[in-house]
Amino acid sequence: MTNATNQENPKNQLSASVVAAEKQASRTRAFLLAPGVLTILLIGILPLSIVLTYSFMVPGDYGGVKAEFSIDAYVQLVFEEDIFDETMSFTSSYLQIFGRSLALAIFATVASLLVGFPTAYFIATRTPETRAAWLFMITIPFWTNLLIRTYAMLLILRDEGAINLGLMKLGLIEKAIPMLYTNFAVGLGLIYAFLPFMILPIYASLEKLDLRLVEAGFDLYANRFKVLKRIIIPIAKPGIAAGCILVFIPSLGAFITPELLGGGKSLMIGNLIYILFGSSRNWPFGSAIALILMALVLVSLLIYVRRSGEKGASTHG
Amino acid sequence: MAETTASIARPVTGKAVDLKYQPGFSIVAWTCLVVLYAPIAVLVLFSFNENRSVALWTRFSLDWYYKAWNNEGIQNAAITSLEVAIVAMIASTIMATMAALVTTRTPPYRGLNLAVTIINQPLMVPEIVTAVATLTFFALIKQATGVTGIGYLMLAHTVFCIPFAYMPIRARLEDMDLSLEQAAADLYAPPLKVFRRITLPLLTPGIMAGAMLAFIVSLDDVIITLFVGGPGETTLPIYILGQIRRGVTPEVNAVSTVFLGFSVIFVTLIFLFGKNKK
Repeated sequence: MTNATNQENPKNQLSASVVAAEKQASRTRAFLLAPGVLTILLIGILPLSIVLTYSFMVPGDYGGVKAEFSIDAYVQLVFEEDIFDETMSFTSSYLQIFGRSLALAIFATVASLLVGFPTAYFIATRTPETRAAWLFMITIPFWTNLLIRTYAMLLILRDEGAINLGLMKLGLIEKAIPMLYTNFAVGLGLIYAFLPFMILPIYASLEKLDLRLVEAGFDLYANRFKVLKRIIIPIAKPGIAAGCILVFIPSLGAFITPELLGGGKSLMIGNLIYILFGSSRNWPFGSAIALILMALVLVSLLIYVRRSGEKGASTHG
Repeated sequence: MAETTASIARPVTGKAVDLKYQPGFSIVAWTCLVVLYAPIAVLVLFSFNENRSVALWTRFSLDWYYKAWNNEGIQNAAITSLEVAIVAMIASTIMATMAALVTTRTPPYRGLNLAVTIINQPLMVPEIVTAVATLTFFALIKQATGVTGIGYLMLAHTVFCIPFAYMPIRARLEDMDLSLEQAAADLYAPPLKVFRRITLPLLTPGIMAGAMLAFIVSLDDVIITLFVGGPGETTLPIYILGQIRRGVTPEVNAVSTVFLGFSVIFVTLIFLFGKNKK
């Protein structure tokens, strides 16, 4: 009897101290996590619900909102009210901005892929020293100010810019080709802005490319194109998918690039939001547009996660 | 990489095949590099142009740098930028370090993934949406309390800097050898002492990289500052944006060049800190 209790006591003490230690650990965890997590929750996530609420209200007289329930902000996207007889008629001007943003983002993604894949492959097949130098050169624009880089692009594309002056000096053209303030300039600017986001993940997936696979392909009489298509590209797929999402998402929500390089006829969603919150003072409509943009981004993220999940499953199966 | 020679003899033809070669890829890569740097080169070049035009080169001069340096608007904007970036850097690095210690050092527990997702949230929402959300939230608070000031802008910057500071710190913690900490604990060092004497010194390069990343990200920000920053809270990028809207001048080129140089130095430092770990 006494033996049994003696054996039990230390055990109880032990489990009690384990529980206490666990409690202490969880308190420490909470203390360390709280500042960062709470700051982001309060200032990064909670305000999104305010935007959601505002999108169902009516604009205030001097900016801001009036607390009246209304779905006008969402109706406005597709219908406009006639000022005189208050009838509603279909309008495509906002849908056009969404369509243009999607088209430009897809264009930038595809073009970046076409340019970025060969570049990433080229870098991945260099010697380690050359590779480091190339990576460094690609990373620098990645972290330098986007506004300044876009301004540099503006300098080049202007009527008096380097491209037009160069072509004129060569006698190829007589008058400057207007490039600035067109969809073309915005598309080019987006590629220029986000190309490193395409190159780096593809490089990461090609970095550990096992050349024995390529060798096996050649041994089996595949030509270069077949080796590329059947061996190298499948290996790079995760990087390609990540690169595409990393170019597409910021392109879709781009603001600086269309603001500097685009004109009135190449507005993107980002400019529209800025106008609605700035000069137009229509916060509810701006909120609705911002939420739709976020929904588009979330949908593309979901597709990305789904597809990369399926890919993983199919290779295992 | 596997121990394979880069070229093999093809079985039938006997001709050597370069395994890595793909036609045209090197041309694309070099074009990429040129295209990435050519516009920046033009910008930098014309900041040294004596002429007012940013198109025709006349003579080398530092006039525009001199003008920019003495421009009160630029001075004030630069000071505002530095103030905001320093506060955001310190606050976000401290919070990111604390969070990184928890998300890497403790055994997995319920809510861990959620915490990591929340910390990375500012990276997933388009910046313009965050800007709008922050604007509306701060407008509400300002209305309710009447408190205004640059603190709001600093707070907004801190939030989006946290995930950037978090990434290198977390990476460093994950790479770290645990045996030193275990040895110290075995020798009866209390947890806080282990942290101060072992973990923190080993973590310093990661914290430095995280802090610099946060600093540069705050310094570069345009969209959130444009929405949240009030009058008199013009940062350097916002000042530059205003100037560009008014027209192209070499003075903008000069400020931009200095700004670029600053970023390049920082990125190089971050790169070197990252390399140290091997």
